[in-house]
Amino acid sequence: MLQVENLSSRYGRIEVLHGVDLEVYSGEIVSVVGANGAGKTTLLKCLSGVQPASGGKVHFRGEDISARPAHRRTALGLAQAPEGRQIFTNLSVEENLRLGAYLFNDDRIAKDMDEAFRLFPILKERRNTSAGGLSGGQQQMLAVARALMSRPSCLLLDEPSMGLAPKLVEQILDVVKNLRSLEVTVLMVEQNALAALAISDRGYVMETGRIVMSGPADELIADKGVREAYLGI
Amino acid sequence: MAPPPPNNGRRTDRQGWHMSEFLQFLFSGITVGSVYALVALGFILIFNASGVVNFAQGEFVMLGGMITYFTYAAGVPLAAAAVFAIVVTCVVGVALNKLAIEPARGASVVALIIITIGASIFLRGLAQVVFDKQLHRFPSISGDDPIAIGGATILPQSLWIVGGALAAFLALYLFFARTLTGKAVVATANNKLAAQLVGIGTNNMMTLSFALAAAVGALGGVLMTPITLTSYDVGLTLALKGFAGAILGGMGSPFGALVGGLLVGLIEAMTAGYISSEYKDAVAFIVILLVLFVMPNGLFGRSALERV
Repeated sequence: MLQVENLSSRYGRIEVLHGVDLEVYSGEIVSVVGANGAGKTTLLKCLSGVQPASGGKVHFRGEDISARPAHRRTALGLAQAPEGRQIFTNLSVEENLRLGAYLFNDDRIAKDMDEAFRLFPILKERRNTSAGGLSGGQQQMLAVARALMSRPSCLLLDEPSMGLAPKLVEQILDVVKNLRSLEVTVLMVEQNALAALAISDRGYVMETGRIVMSGPADELIADKGVREAYLGI
Repeated sequence: MAPPPPNNGRRTDRQGWHMSEFLQFLFSGITVGSVYALVALGFILIFNASGVVNFAQGEFVMLGGMITYFTYAAGVPLAAAAVFAIVVTCVVGVALNKLAIEPARGASVVALIIITIGASIFLRGLAQVVFDKQLHRFPSISGDDPIAIGGATILPQSLWIVGGALAAFLALYLFFARTLTGKAVVATANNKLAAQLVGIGTNNMMTLSFALAAAVGALGGVLMTPITLTSYDVGLTLALKGFAGAILGGMGSPFGALVGGLLVGLIEAMTAGYISSEYKDAVAFIVILLVLFVMPNGLFGRSALERV
């Protein structure tokens, strides 16, 4: 589904990704875990195209997308729910969702919106309120729901649990887990490593712009080094 | 003891209040205000897409009038000349975005605003060279016979200006409220990153709003020239007044732009009529400042509701 080869990226003169290799297969849930500042968010931004890569290649469904601008990648089925709930604060919840399906104009939009409301019932209740007035957790749900409206075959999730109460974290990750049944492949970046790995098939551990470890999620959870460094147990 | 004043005070004064006089000022205020409203609508189009205040908006109005005049003078029928002027101004708007705004991608909004000020000076200079420095006028659409209403008169062209402003407002209102493209423009301004991520080509949205803003501005120029005349340097004042109208109405809402523009025109006309035309600009700006002290978001602006 998604192959990343030797990807690097820089902010000005500072290189923050030093040759990342990573692969996601169709139908998987894959997590990238690591400490603050390890380059996880930059990695996702390079994949969605909002941050330019300075080297390396990204292949999506067999196609080299390294040079495509962000909005063309979305059209291919690679969606991102960005970090920090980047929703359209001055539009209503429903308008946010409609814009999620910006590339489409057909009957499926109404169905997808019903599906989004089924996943996150609170959004249905607040469909006509301005998105800027939602609580943090609701905004996060809206960001995920909006990304799903673009009919992705692969969803990039950036810190879906950031700043949320434990109960909401559980609710969001539950939805992520169930994306499998919607045939959406997920690549998720999380600081909450244990919660993320618990619902993932495989995981990558990132440190200062490099992948330092990878493997099946349960093996990573069991690994002594990972447990001490990232899981806090 | 001094004699008492006449029993109904100033009303019998020779310069007293007359309905017909008031109507005359009202008509003149609505006419000028509609031109300001068209400029204000152009402002909010670009502002809604980018957060940039385009100070070259007045030059679009100037180009609309000037290009129409010179095309008409070259023997082209007036209607065709007007359409030609609007199309050319659109092209200028798009070029402004492509050549001056887009290359500065990533610059702060303030830097972009300064670029538009530079562009406005450039366009003014260019018009001076390409055209000339004279005042120009072309015929009104429906002749110049004034229509008498309640002792005052209004030119048919004024009605065209008011109609043009209303039509432009309605079109923009429907565009932003009802169309997906309109919402995409709003989304681009609100959060460019997220807009890209849902598949919106944000550069195209900018180009589109510059084209529309230029068209609205040029329409204003075409409609006002038979009454107010045009020359290479009419843009600056119009930009300031239109900007004041847009701010007064609450930057961002088409309805606010319409009402704000009309109010600036009315305040000006009333001041010129009842106080002195010397003060008309000052009073207009003082009223705007007072309103903004009390309502910083303008009359119809949405307060910025944001959770961080």
